[in-house]
Amino acid sequence: MSDTLIKVESLYKIFGPKPESVFPLIEQGLSKDEILAKTNHTVGLKDINLEIKRGEIFVIMGLSGSGKSTLIRHFNRLIDPSSGEIEVDKISVMQLEPKPLMEFRRHKMSMVFQNFGLLPHRTVGQNVAYGLEIQGLNKAKRQQQAQQWLEAVGLLGYENHYPSQLSGGQQQRIGLARALCTDAEILLMDEAFSALDPLIRSEMQDQLIELQEKLHKTIIFITHDLDEALRLGDRIAILKDGVIVQQGKPDEILLEPADDYVEAFVKDVNRARALTVATVMQAPAARITAETIAGALKQMKQIDSDYGHLVSDDGYQGVVTKDTLEQALKDDASSHLNDQIQDEIPSVMPDAILETVIPETLEADYALPVVDEDGHLHGELSRRDLAEVLGEQDSDKSSEKSSYR
Amino acid sequence: MSDSSWLTKFPQMERADLLAIRKTLDNAYRGFSREYGEAIEGFFEPLLQFLIGFEKLLLTTPWWIVLLTMTVLVYGVARSWKLCVAVVVSMLLIGYFGMWEDTMRTMSIIVVCTFIAIALGIPIGIIMARSNRGQQIITPILDVMQTMPAFVYLIPVVMLLGIGRIPGVIAVVIYAIPPVIRLTNLGIRLVDKEVMEASTAYGASPWQRLTGVQLPLAMPTIMAGINQTIMMALSMVVVASMIGVKGLGQPVLKSITNQYFTMGLLNGLAIVALAIIFDRASQAYAKRTQQHLGNKHS
Repeated sequence: MSDTLIKVESLYKIFGPKPESVFPLIEQGLSKDEILAKTNHTVGLKDINLEIKRGEIFVIMGLSGSGKSTLIRHFNRLIDPSSGEIEVDKISVMQLEPKPLMEFRRHKMSMVFQNFGLLPHRTVGQNVAYGLEIQGLNKAKRQQQAQQWLEAVGLLGYENHYPSQLSGGQQQRIGLARALCTDAEILLMDEAFSALDPLIRSEMQDQLIELQEKLHKTIIFITHDLDEALRLGDRIAILKDGVIVQQGKPDEILLEPADDYVEAFVKDVNRARALTVATVMQAPAARITAETIAGALKQMKQIDSDYGHLVSDDGYQGVVTKDTLEQALKDDASSHLNDQIQDEIPSVMPDAILETVIPETLEADYALPVVDEDGHLHGELSRRDLAEVLGEQDSDKSSEKSSYR
Repeated sequence: MSDSSWLTKFPQMERADLLAIRKTLDNAYRGFSREYGEAIEGFFEPLLQFLIGFEKLLLTTPWWIVLLTMTVLVYGVARSWKLCVAVVVSMLLIGYFGMWEDTMRTMSIIVVCTFIAIALGIPIGIIMARSNRGQQIITPILDVMQTMPAFVYLIPVVMLLGIGRIPGVIAVVIYAIPPVIRLTNLGIRLVDKEVMEASTAYGASPWQRLTGVQLPLAMPTIMAGINQTIMMALSMVVVASMIGVKGLGQPVLKSITNQYFTMGLLNGLAIVALAIIFDRASQAYAKRTQQHLGNKHS
């Protein structure tokens, strides 16, 4: 899971008749605009270094003109760099001769395009099987595989239609099925969902996540939409004027923007939808490990809390409160600690989206326990934590930086 | 005074010099044609035999079989009953007015010229689309081919090959080939960049890209070029008749010199009828095969 599949090292792309002549200027530290004014060369990409791990969704985000579409075209050499090195699975892509490059494109990578890039003169089925046709697979096998992937994207029954007869969302599903059909390990998605309307886009995002859970491809996803990046990305790189300004996990980008540019982006993001419970929760302060009511009360007193998260050897058990425990001790000294668990207080999953747990958090009198599938207590989520992380968005910049981490 | 005469009269080259240039060039060309004329004639011999054979076939086959074949062919490409009726009626009228044989001769040369133009034009168009340099070189040549009066390039051809069918074919092809070249080039250049990228990204070889993506997607434009080529070939029929190509052009030529109005009109109308049949059939074919392109709600 964590080994590096794609490695990009000091990649430069300069557009113009004589790219070599511009390198000294870049070394002198001239800006993109200065170089354009001086030499009429455009610096498309500047010193790009990336390491993309096997099985992750790596999102490259940037506005138009940031060079993101140029960058993704370097992975399969639709564009050749001015200098730099790209390694995929220990193969140096830059050194490939035309023939091996063709083979590399056929088997190692497939690509989904912003405007679908479908062949309008071929049926849906033929489009999906296109990669296999290029590989020279026989017709029966092609059709069978195409059928399988059409089913996976929910377009079974459309194989004899032409792409122009389908809606945009359906057309991009064909694009996705075509990309998956070659069974390539790496999927390049160039603004794949940007041309779709918001509802269809989020549907497609769901479908991609769903497929990825099954397939574990390595996906390089280009987008200009930070919400999309945060939703899909395991890691995100933010590109500006051909330079990567920050890369990291979604919550790192959200909570620790590297500069004003990223911060301006992050400002408009709906955090409740982008962050998970795990990124906001506090360490479990009221962990109660005692086995008796008296012991539990004693622990609570020590940490000065009027509630506690009961944890035994079998993992998390539930919430107990000081009031009920004291009451129980008075009523019946021999009653068992487990009988005093407050059933009405729910626990939340660490990977739950913040938005989905807002009602529970607000309703509960105590901090909610954060518990994973195996019953381990990871932390607690209080109303205050929630308010802090969601509220700081509207406050001014200085407090935003200091108030969290 | 004589010194400043260039102000009022364009300073010309000496007549003797011009004569010398003309003589040298003419003699050189004459020498060339005497030297290689036969070899070049030999090169075109198979084409000539084919032309004669095809013409003979059309002329010796009973008229109703030819008419039936034509109708079936037109229905095959256009799938339109209306057009078939138009073919039958116009061909019957042409036959009734005594122009059947000339029409068959014209048709045979037009069909051959169109095939030659397509066979040469599409590859040239592909070369042009591949390299900007190719386009830079070929475009002015096409301009000259289209604007140079046909008579001018007929002179060397006739000098080389004499009067007859082959010079006629060459003249017609030179005149009619530019549209198919230009539109093949244009059609390929207009293919959606992203579709080409997709094809490349899936590892298609240049040949797979050409046959699988570029040509099919450029086909509507190429078909428009072929259609124009057919029309231009037909319009050359009269000029070609001046160098001995038999067919509907010759009666027209005779009508001009003798002022036979009706004869000219009838033969002219026969050419128009042929043109319309070719045009409608090829367009209907193009339309039928390209239906799914861009036709969103079919």
